[in-house]
Amino acid sequence: MKNKRLDLSYSQMKWETIFRRILIFMSIVLVLIVIGILITLIMESMPSIKSLGIGYLWGKVWDPVSNIYGAYPFLIGTLLTSFIALIISIPFSYAVSIYLGEYNPKGWLSNLLKNTIELIAAVPSIIYGFWGLFVLVPIIRTFEAKIGVAPYGIGIFTSSLILAVMIIPYAASLGITLIRMVPSPLKEGAYALGATRFEVIRSVIMPFTRSGLFAGVLLSLGRALGETMAVTMLIGNTSTLAHTFKDLIFGPSNTMASVIANEFTEADHTVYLSALIELGLVLFFVTVVINLIGKRIITRFTNN
Amino acid sequence: MKVIKSLKVAAVAIAASALSLSASAQDNTLLGAGSTFVYPLFSKIFAEYATKTNVKVNYQSIGSGGGILQLTNKTVDFGGSDAPLNADQAKKIGAPVLHIPMASGAVVVTYNVPGLTTGLNLSGAVLGDIYLGKITAWNDAKIAALNKGTKLPETPIVVIHRSDGSGTSFIFTDFLTKVNPDWAAKVGKASAVNWPAGLGGKGNEGVAGLVKQTPGAIGYNELAYAIQNKMAYADIANKTGKFITPTLETTTASSNVELPANAEVSLTNTDNPKGYPITSFTWALIYKEQKYSDRSADRAKQLLKLLWFNIHDGQKNCAPLNYAPLSKSALKVAEKILKSATYDGKAIL
Repeated sequence: MKNKRLDLSYSQMKWETIFRRILIFMSIVLVLIVIGILITLIMESMPSIKSLGIGYLWGKVWDPVSNIYGAYPFLIGTLLTSFIALIISIPFSYAVSIYLGEYNPKGWLSNLLKNTIELIAAVPSIIYGFWGLFVLVPIIRTFEAKIGVAPYGIGIFTSSLILAVMIIPYAASLGITLIRMVPSPLKEGAYALGATRFEVIRSVIMPFTRSGLFAGVLLSLGRALGETMAVTMLIGNTSTLAHTFKDLIFGPSNTMASVIANEFTEADHTVYLSALIELGLVLFFVTVVINLIGKRIITRFTNN
Repeated sequence: MKVIKSLKVAAVAIAASALSLSASAQDNTLLGAGSTFVYPLFSKIFAEYATKTNVKVNYQSIGSGGGILQLTNKTVDFGGSDAPLNADQAKKIGAPVLHIPMASGAVVVTYNVPGLTTGLNLSGAVLGDIYLGKITAWNDAKIAALNKGTKLPETPIVVIHRSDGSGTSFIFTDFLTKVNPDWAAKVGKASAVNWPAGLGGKGNEGVAGLVKQTPGAIGYNELAYAIQNKMAYADIANKTGKFITPTLETTTASSNVELPANAEVSLTNTDNPKGYPITSFTWALIYKEQKYSDRSADRAKQLLKLLWFNIHDGQKNCAPLNYAPLSKSALKVAEKILKSATYDGKAIL
């Protein structure tokens, strides 16, 4: 006897093909968009690449009046704000992940905390900017006056603090999910052997989730590198680099994203506009390189 | 199938509505883009004009540079700009462009000096030195010399400038370039420059925010913005050495001088002894030859009529919105420029 359910009708077959093609098409479109953006960036930065050459990357002067452009101060500003923000945010995002993933995975308090943390990511960055400008800056200013640096209140340190708050949810929510996914037989085994909770976290949960947690950190770094609005409002937008370490960390600076946001609308000659687009290209490469390094670290940890 | 059909219907509907929208834009809507500074004035005047003549104007405040770019691409009928075309822009646009003054605006020097209750007098040379980072404290002898009888504190000066490219910065640096030779040599004038000192705030509100918060701060804002936000601003010495309080009257006075026929002129450091020295026109930009692409003679005429209205009846909207109306000599020049516009070689007005 023939089982009718095994026969696929013509329309079912057709739908299968259509569905597969849609999936492939969607994926290709995404790749094309990224490549398209890269090509546009390269083409539009040609005038600047031609007239400024590779010296653009370590040039320290950004002077639209005499058409001299150097990306170095902004490159440093971008990397400094992002990495300081990352360092500040890691303890928080790991602690939150462990607490909500292992200690308190269920119940109203856990849900409340988790939702609140996710809400942090939903707040528009301009609101962080305003909050930073009106609440955080005066506090930092008093702090700066006490430690003996110029009390501007705005600068790299302030921007990094705000960035840290903004990026915590990215690492934390991934971390919570991953820690909750650690198979309970593993943990139960460790408990049965007499391990304390801390020991379970250190020797079972952390090794099991290490690459995932790192991926979360990477995700938040990507966000920090490109964040524009809040940073623009808090960084002080100065294109000269300070000479001493203290002044560099607490003094005003500028990032690539904020320079583009600030100057793009009124960039009124060809090389100027093109230099700004080249800044976008550099930011694109920085993000790609950092992601690639991260991917390598993840594979290495996973193999071990 | 049903889903696909309804999708098709929806797509057709959207396409049709888009078509009808662009068709109506062709008929009685004039398009403009540019300066954000002039936007509140333009929207008021254009609303009035629409009720009178049924001609609508769609003006997008995307910034002067953007407006010039749109005009270059011929996607708008007129651009709004706070600075005349520079050499690069003029080359790109490739055809003669008329600069019609619409109103003038002033840039005021705002400050936050703890304990200073009376006004503050500054000269261009001293202002330049402050922005160059050469004068670093409020009780500097050079500032004290301009403010006899005022007790100035020892507070360090925190210089605040615009971080974004803007017409306001252009006017301000244009003034400093004229009155401070050191500034002219080291920095120059542009909508964004390589600031030798200080902090950058984004937009008028960014500068104002930093000035208000930071003890010892000095910044610069549009006059209208400073008035609306009740900020303290300094009297500036003009060419004759008199300290002038920035008001709408002294701003208008600054353009009441002999003007060149094309009105592409910087008003800063005016010759008029009654004029405030940091001012500028804001211009509407149109092609001198209005027959380009597939523009109709009718559309060109509508555009010219609109701008004629702006410089005459529209001017009464200036003062309530804190813009300085055109001076007598500016109005005369503007009229002449509008009359010089042509369609296919023939005068339009």
